Amino acid sequence: MIRPDAPVLLEIRDLHASVADQPILHGVNLTLRAGEIHAVMGRNGSGKSTLSKVLAGHPAYTVTGGSVLYKGADLLELDPEQRARIGLFLGFQYPVEIPGVSNLEFLRVSTNARRMEEGEEELDTFAFEDLVNEKLQVVQMDPAFLERSVNEGFSGGEKKRNEILQMALLEPVVAILDETDSGLDIDALRIVAGGVNHLAGPDNATLLITHYQRLLDAITPDYVHVMAHGRILRTGGKELALELEQRGYDWVDAEPAVLEAV
Amino acid sequence: MVAAPLTTSAPVAAPVHPWVAALLGALPAPAGLRPEITLSARAALAAAGLPSRRQDDWRFTDTAPIAAVAPQLLAPEALPELPPVAEGHHRVVLDGRPETLAAIAWPAGIEVLSADETRDALGRCLDPEGKAPDWPVLLQGACDAPVLALRVRGAVSEVLELVSEAGSGPGVLPVRVLLLLEPEARLELLQVHRSSGANLTSALVEADLGAGAELRHGVVANGGSESVLLARLAIRQQPGSRFALATVSRGWGLVRLEPRVVQSEGAAETRLRALQVVDEHQIADTHSRVRFEGPEGRLEQLHKVVADGQGRSVFNGAVVVPRLAQRTDASQLSRSLLLSDRARVDTKPELEIVADDVRCAHGATVSSLQEDELFYLRSRGIGAAEAARLLLRGYCQEILGDFPAGAALWQAPSFSGGPEEIRR
Repeated sequence: MIRPDAPVLLEIRDLHASVADQPILHGVNLTLRAGEIHAVMGRNGSGKSTLSKVLAGHPAYTVTGGSVLYKGADLLELDPEQRARIGLFLGFQYPVEIPGVSNLEFLRVSTNARRMEEGEEELDTFAFEDLVNEKLQVVQMDPAFLERSVNEGFSGGEKKRNEILQMALLEPVVAILDETDSGLDIDALRIVAGGVNHLAGPDNATLLITHYQRLLDAITPDYVHVMAHGRILRTGGKELALELEQRGYDWVDAEPAVLEAV
Repeated sequence: MVAAPLTTSAPVAAPVHPWVAALLGALPAPAGLRPEITLSARAALAAAGLPSRRQDDWRFTDTAPIAAVAPQLLAPEALPELPPVAEGHHRVVLDGRPETLAAIAWPAGIEVLSADETRDALGRCLDPEGKAPDWPVLLQGACDAPVLALRVRGAVSEVLELVSEAGSGPGVLPVRVLLLLEPEARLELLQVHRSSGANLTSALVEADLGAGAELRHGVVANGGSESVLLARLAIRQQPGSRFALATVSRGWGLVRLEPRVVQSEGAAETRLRALQVVDEHQIADTHSRVRFEGPEGRLEQLHKVVADGQGRSVFNGAVVVPRLAQRTDASQLSRSLLLSDRARVDTKPELEIVADDVRCAHGATVSSLQEDELFYLRSRGIGAAEAARLLLRGYCQEILGDFPAGAALWQAPSFSGGPEEIRR
């Protein structure tokens, strides 16, 4: 939903970043307003996953230039946990397995960290179980997964559902979903996409990072951005995704901005 | 009687190590069931002195904490307060005094062996390979501990809790247990070793598992910075039996655990799981040995370490598969978590495999907390310290989950908290 007067939630300006002294992002510009769904598409290695990790504050990535404002305030000076508490969410491409840590407890501790930041009361075990049972329906997830260790032994689809369950509990302001469709079969994709659609509203924004068009059949983006060589080269509507699907990514290399960059 | 001429070159006995000499001088005359064994252990101990790092078995383990313990038997003192007895547990406190043992009422399925039966069975599981007894066994034998000797029949519904509490006093507390599990018997045993002082607990548990018997054996060992625990477990398994050991140790100046299992005809199941936590200048050493003397035996071994401060951890896991032990299926994994760059971990699998049709997997990892796991938790709003605490707890939980629920009373609150609490 595009509303030109909607408040800006995330403003990325000329963002440069590197990992292990290797520059990856070469000046990313992107603005997310409330109510909008954006899709960033690009080849492997184009920098789209790096963008998501930099926004979430992964310690292995170093910002070397530019700025990111979250609701007008500097996001980059915050620790990852603080970014999450104020409403930034990263759905992982490869959700991490954590043996021995109960999924239910993990979900409760993280939900409470977010609630405390919002000035809401902490939920005890019982109140949290009520909440989580309600949210499980968003992703049609079996409650048995709550009793297991975080993501341990989950299938690809179950891990992604667990990510969306976390999103449902944390109610983020800005959700970045990194390759959420990878490793999903058709049914799981439908469920996960349904969850994302359910959670997208007029007061939040969603940034989908994806390689393929098929996710965008299920979640309609307001904007599609094409990323290559650490920059956003083109921005358009959802028809741009269809064009990519038909033409592949090779034409991107002929874009003037790319020729300038390489 | 003619005095030997001075020129004869009889071997000159080396002087007895002063700590050993003092201990031997302080021990009472043998009063146990097998005085000849006690006496020979004392003679062997006098000849052996203290274990030293020149011996391969003690190469990584500093035994100075042993010499710092007063060379005498620990005098029984008033026990510190113990946690309440968990529901379904039957607690027995072993304080080294025979009269304590005589006064115990036992749960159904457990009976005390007669003196003759004990004499006959004692040591049967101890030395299956015919090697000279090593130091912890000599020390235990020399101390002539009263023996708790039990026969187990059928399934015992209660968890048998054996507690040795050394307290804060000086000296050596010997603990000796003999368990005979009849065929198809089932027992859940929770053994607790505690100490808060400069003393040494010398524990020796023998268990003989009949065909189809099952022993689930948990060991919780909480010590102090000057405390020493030397614990030998000698297990013999008949075919179809199952032995599951879970140990957790922390806080000891020196702890050495020596589980030794023999599957006397193979075709049994052995599961060994351990967590040893070291911090400050503590040393924890596990030397395990599993031997298959017949085909189709199974072993699953997981040894975990948390090493912080300047702690040292040693693991040596021997698995012996002779030719007759075909189709043995054994796995051994050693995982160590290094939380400090001044801590040290030495880990070594020792596989002696002669049989050709076997599966013996082994592996060892040493790492710090995983950065991707930490980041995942932090990206969900969980602070860095809390995230580290959750990960550490999760790491330990894999072993702690193997204990009966009532064991938590002995562990709380340490393992429900984080590294800071684990230190204490």
